Amino acid sequence: MTELKGKGVCQGVARGEVCYIKKAAAEVERKRIYDIPSEAAKLNMAIEKAREQLKELEKKVKKSDKNSAMIFDVHQMMLYDPDFTGDIEKYIAENEVCAEYAVMQTAKKYAKMLEDMPNPYMQERAGDVTDIAERLVNILTENEYKPAMHGRVIIAADDLSPSETASFSRENILGIIIKNGSSTSHTSILARTMDIPAIINVDGLDNSIDGKTVFIDGSEGKVYVEPDEVTSAVMEKKAQLESIKKERLMRLKGKETVTRDGRKIELYANISTAADIDAAILNDAEGIGLFRSEFMYLDRKTLPTDDELFEVYKSIAAKIKDKPVIIRTLDIGADKQAPSLGLPKEENPALGFRAIRICLERTDIFKTQLRAIYRASAYGNIYIMLPMITSEVEVIQAKAIMLDVRDELRSESIEFKEVPVGIMVETPAAAVISDKLSKIVDFFSVGTNDLTQYTLAADRQNPKLSNLYSVENEAVLRLIETAAENIHKEGKWIGICGEAAADPRLLKRFLDMGIDELSVSSGYVLGVREMIRMS
Amino acid sequence: MEQFSYRITDTAGIHARPAGLIVKEAAKYKSHIKISANGKEADAKKIFAVMSLGIRNGEEIIVTIDGEDEKDAKTALSAVIGENL
Repeated sequence: MTELKGKGVCQGVARGEVCYIKKAAAEVERKRIYDIPSEAAKLNMAIEKAREQLKELEKKVKKSDKNSAMIFDVHQMMLYDPDFTGDIEKYIAENEVCAEYAVMQTAKKYAKMLEDMPNPYMQERAGDVTDIAERLVNILTENEYKPAMHGRVIIAADDLSPSETASFSRENILGIIIKNGSSTSHTSILARTMDIPAIINVDGLDNSIDGKTVFIDGSEGKVYVEPDEVTSAVMEKKAQLESIKKERLMRLKGKETVTRDGRKIELYANISTAADIDAAILNDAEGIGLFRSEFMYLDRKTLPTDDELFEVYKSIAAKIKDKPVIIRTLDIGADKQAPSLGLPKEENPALGFRAIRICLERTDIFKTQLRAIYRASAYGNIYIMLPMITSEVEVIQAKAIMLDVRDELRSESIEFKEVPVGIMVETPAAAVISDKLSKIVDFFSVGTNDLTQYTLAADRQNPKLSNLYSVENEAVLRLIETAAENIHKEGKWIGICGEAAADPRLLKRFLDMGIDELSVSSGYVLGVREMIRMS
Repeated sequence: MEQFSYRITDTAGIHARPAGLIVKEAAKYKSHIKISANGKEADAKKIFAVMSLGIRNGEEIIVTIDGEDEKDAKTALSAVIGENL
């Protein structure tokens, strides 16, 4: 038995034979061509065939999956666009290269054009251009992928395009494991929609896994290749328990989150990207308790613009209707990659130049984000939450910048609402002076992970300290209690964001302290609701 | 020549689906059909061109139709745009 590790994006356990999907398009060779007219004819035949395939696919999924049907419709139109097909033909003639190479190069150009657009809906379409290019290359190289599926399988691949995921019948997919991907990629969203276990970023995944029997555990992000008897027995049991539990939890959708003695608890979900909102809604979250806004700043060379941020914030607010969306302002630091900020490497990033500390110095970046948040406030129920607060001065400075932003919007006659402003309680300092802070903010939200690491001086990434690092430590709990007492004295509310809230023993302590709101990953929402209803 | 203008009210602007619907409708007619917005112009029968206009909510587009079936095209296109955007 071998064990592979990745990141689970959809919970659940599945057992099955692996079907590994090989990409043809990744290995396109730049072949020199002498007979250009016949290469062009080959291209046109491939385009014609691709259109036919897409028409079939569209028909096939029309009833069951409108979203994918729409994608295939758009793909067909792309293949009918003379600019696109003409550019491929021109590329063949000008560079004297084979059609498949010309397809890949032209598609790259078009994908880039879409990626550079400010509208996130358009950026996503870049993946569609790549998808049609792969379809064409597969036809041209006669390397057409036909899923050799014997019944129900677990799909493995480097990555999957919408075309690939639609080419096999969904009832035959038990689970998905991919080497690359992100939690916002098509595959992850699909897995969550289908509610099948899925693991991305699987280390060491390659085609040697094809045909082997595996167990995949979505909640742990683990793949057991050719599992031994003991592992199989453990996983079987887990699968059985999970399916019973899932059925029970689904019945809690639409039910209120109240304790036995009738106290209402706000139960929200944490999200990192706009795509996560679907899972939050699916699991009946009553709002978004933590939107980790920094994800829009990572892994890119330029900073997002006011418009770009606004579109995303607005789309989230619109999707979740009137429910609260708490946006945590940029929590970035030397440990999180943000090439656009050009931050120097630090010896001790957790105690370094991060989060609000950066925002109060680089007010240009902070203002851009706040402007986008205020603009989006007109479209929903938005809250602002400041990370890494250690003093009153930081809150006062941040609020002064918000005032500037509001004045600017007013002078431009741009609509906005008054937005409640809260802080993260994640440093011991914030908890200790919570009596003072509670007078100048509208709410508190405890970040249990950082509060624990700072209180106990224990790096949460260090496996040697895992015994020491515990939210249940009395010192940590007392700090939370102090913060709760102080904010309640002001008649305001306190929440907890983090998986600690999903721990039954901690949950009880939190409820005893009078915590008003809990925010957990979407997958935990219904489980926590069940626990609260029984408390 | 026929012309009409329309202010986009869909919060996502002209994203892929409505762009596709416009292109599909436009392709049914012989007339030359152009969409202009923000000083840019695109052939309404080409999806990449329409998408690359990057039209957002609140912006005004002008559709210009020129050809033998321009009257029918105007009626049909204004209906598609009004319903979906």
